[in-house]
Amino acid sequence: MTVSVTVSVPRSAAPLLAIESLRVLFPGATGEIPVVDDVSLTIAHGEIVCLVGESGSGKSLTALSVLRLIPSPGRIGAGTRIRFANEELLALDHEALRAIRGRQVGMVFQEPSAALNPVLRIGTQLVDAIRAHVRCNRSEAWKRAVDALASVGIADPETRARQYPHELSGGMRQRVVLAMALVHAPPLLIADEPTTALDVTVQAQILDLLRRAVAERDMALLLITHDLGVVAEMATRVLVMYAGRLVEEAPVETIFTQPAHPYTQALLAAVPSLATAGERLVTIAGQVPAPGSVVRGCAFRARCPHAIAMCESEAPPLVQLGSAHRVRCHLAHESMQTPAAREGTP
Amino acid sequence: MLRRSGAALMQLAVVMVTAASLAFLCLQLAPGDPATALGEGLPVAVREQLRARYGFDAPIGVQYLRWLQSLLVGDFGWSTSQHRPVIDVLADAIPNSLRLVIPAFMVSVLAGTLIGVWQAVHRGTRRDRTASALLLVVYSAPEFWLATWLIILFAGVWPILPPSGISSVWARHLSPLGQVTDALRHLILPVLAIALVGTATLARHQRASMLDALALPFMRSARASGLSRGRLRYVAWRHAVLPVLTMAGVLLPSYLGGLIFIEQIFAWPGLGYTMLRAIGAHDYAVVAAVVIVGSGLTATCTMLVKGAVHVLDPRQRQVMHHGMHHAGPVHRRPA
Amino acid sequence: MIVRPVNDLATWWQRPAIRWLLVIASITIAAPWCAPYDPNTPLDLVALASRSPSWAHPFGTDPYARDVLSRTLHGTRVTVLIALSAALLSTLIGTVYGAFAGFARPWLRLVLDRMIDVALALPRVLIVLAMTAVLGPLPPVALAMLIGVTGWFTTARQITDTVSALRGREFTMAAVALGVPWARVVRVHLVPHFLPVLVVSSTFGVANAIALEAGLSFLGLGLQPPTASWGAIMHDGAGMIDTHWWLTVFPGAATALTVLVANHVGDRLRDHFAPDHVLATDTLSLPRANTA
Repeated sequence: MTVSVTVSVPRSAAPLLAIESLRVLFPGATGEIPVVDDVSLTIAHGEIVCLVGESGSGKSLTALSVLRLIPSPGRIGAGTRIRFANEELLALDHEALRAIRGRQVGMVFQEPSAALNPVLRIGTQLVDAIRAHVRCNRSEAWKRAVDALASVGIADPETRARQYPHELSGGMRQRVVLAMALVHAPPLLIADEPTTALDVTVQAQILDLLRRAVAERDMALLLITHDLGVVAEMATRVLVMYAGRLVEEAPVETIFTQPAHPYTQALLAAVPSLATAGERLVTIAGQVPAPGSVVRGCAFRARCPHAIAMCESEAPPLVQLGSAHRVRCHLAHESMQTPAAREGTP
Repeated sequence: MLRRSGAALMQLAVVMVTAASLAFLCLQLAPGDPATALGEGLPVAVREQLRARYGFDAPIGVQYLRWLQSLLVGDFGWSTSQHRPVIDVLADAIPNSLRLVIPAFMVSVLAGTLIGVWQAVHRGTRRDRTASALLLVVYSAPEFWLATWLIILFAGVWPILPPSGISSVWARHLSPLGQVTDALRHLILPVLAIALVGTATLARHQRASMLDALALPFMRSARASGLSRGRLRYVAWRHAVLPVLTMAGVLLPSYLGGLIFIEQIFAWPGLGYTMLRAIGAHDYAVVAAVVIVGSGLTATCTMLVKGAVHVLDPRQRQVMHHGMHHAGPVHRRPA
Repeated sequence: MIVRPVNDLATWWQRPAIRWLLVIASITIAAPWCAPYDPNTPLDLVALASRSPSWAHPFGTDPYARDVLSRTLHGTRVTVLIALSAALLSTLIGTVYGAFAGFARPWLRLVLDRMIDVALALPRVLIVLAMTAVLGPLPPVALAMLIGVTGWFTTARQITDTVSALRGREFTMAAVALGVPWARVVRVHLVPHFLPVLVVSSTFGVANAIALEAGLSFLGLGLQPPTASWGAIMHDGAGMIDTHWWLTVFPGAATALTVLVANHVGDRLRDHFAPDHVLATDTLSLPRANTA
């Protein structure tokens, strides 16, 4: 990031988004189970942060809790603080929260075909999103909607606006969803696996759009993905989640060159590359523990090749390794000496 | 679209032929035949002549074909109780029945939708549970019993509406406006009586489909876009109303069932009332004609509702466009 | 809404709905012994005609000086037996047709499906009415058959859908591939799965049959007088609500309550079965069939 950018955009020292000790609870057979536990993270202006983890690691719930969209019967636990531009989101009433949704924080979900209402025209849905925050009549809003479609690279936006979601391809639909999320130029965009359901070529186009939006609008992006290729391409900073907890946080180069957590190392080792073509695919043995099943110790210990006795009894704290590198592992220093994942770097 | 309409018309034709065959079966099962009824009191020889003249001595297959043929040209036979062609009897009765069924259908769709949405929005609350219980009561009670209660309440205990009939005896001495008001006042109770069950059924379905729609992923996106509560409900409802309309179409035949009881109770001179009086008078030609016309009317209305749903659902409309231009694959994938 | 499990064995009989069904069942069995008078014999045409409810005659007497309580109790038996046998008949025909259609070749399946479409498009009440009109007053068995024969279409549709959904599943395909006979595949692999559909649809079938019988008898078209059924008693009071309200209110309430309970139990059974089985929710959420 160059100095000129920092000067041209006035920023406060405080991060744009700060989540502190987030807990998301779901009722289970024996009381409430924390599905996300003690997750803290910050995102600064113009930053692309990738949240990585397997399905069920709690990364989507973390994203949903920012706009308080946790599906019932789940809830955000007490003691959680979510500050956006120095405003406590969890304290807002419905109307104030509504003013943030879409206007200050945009959101894109995984399945573009499910994210659009099948019985309403594309344009109508965009108009709804526009008029949720801007006072204007329908025809003005429609014009803005068409512009928004054009801005995400949709050809012939007037026609597209009059069409229904099923008349568009998957990639086109994701562009529409993106146009909806970007229409108010929100300072923060949260994208939950925006390219997972798409073909590889379309995937690249969507990622390109996202990167351009970040650069042009100085937007911050919280990108949730399980695809390390996407991480390498997009991220400035990476957060790794496992079983509802944050296990490692580092700048993107550090994650790929010096992964400190055994789980991160295993993830990187599991990425197939051309160099290892023809060999057996590396997998991580075992399964993610069910939420609530790990009461004591480290959640990864059953699958960890380096587990020691301490991992059984004591939950590892988040250890600071470098200025921007944090790891939740008892063996943080030793495991750094075994860069098992180096060859997995894409 | 042409193909779909063709298929629908085809089905309508089959329904009509089936109804006509059932009506013919009824006539065959009926004691005696029209000639016997016509020639009551005449000598046997004259009666036999009449039978031959009207073709009742022909083989049953021939009679059946002749019967279908005469139906095609609109000849429904002779009403022995009213001494005029059956077609004239029907011409008097059909508009009266439609005057009840059409408003009842609209009232029940409207009320059912509103109640169902209101319940879904307040799901799990005491209000929702109370409404569900009440709806189940209405849904289960026989129409004629509900109608009886309506009469007891609104024409007896609290006499604000006429208990029966299509208009007051003195209606023709009223001003034009007075006549319209009089007709409307007579309309309220029977329409309500027919609409109640439909309302309860549709409300139950609207509640369920609205709850389904509110839980769909696109609602999460809409919420994340900051849509207002009212707008969120509207977009969910747009998705939830289609299955309810489909259900309304499926329910149409049962409105005709309700009509028969309601017309009888309110002495409303429509198809049902005409049919019951014809049954009492052993006027089977009218009974058969009502079966055919009633089936035809319901099947036609059902078809129209289905068509309307089809036009309202953009996903189905897409299929329709394609069917019109070429018979190729339905899903196109641009880009 | 709190959905309590239906098979909560310890307390199932405590529920109001089940208790009402038990009452109806007991009356059906024991009507001749609990009725205080003969249902069809006039008591005293001069002194006891058209009496409003009293301690001696809790439901009053009708214009023919018959005890309405006794008639209602006997009517319960008639109504319930007609409804049960009609529902049984419908379920039977519907199952056989549905199982056959579900296994039929595509073209035959299409024909059979279209036939059900046509049958469902016909107004059932109208046709049953026309039939009873030409056949004249019927004995209860014949009325039950008439109601049963016209009421199996929705069941057939549901069974067809369920069977064709099940036949695509691996265990059925495997059995067919191994050459297991058609009838055995149905019995061993399919019946356990579509039994819930049958239970639910016949519960609704009973509710519909009760309503239809009541409607026909109310119009004076079903049973041969003086046989009492709930609808027939209401027929005796039709047009005289202001002077003979007890003839409409008591049997009407019994009809409404019983149909209500049957529908409610059907709803509960559906909620209970739906999540655990291959049934699409659509299969079970068909509308109240075209009864009255």
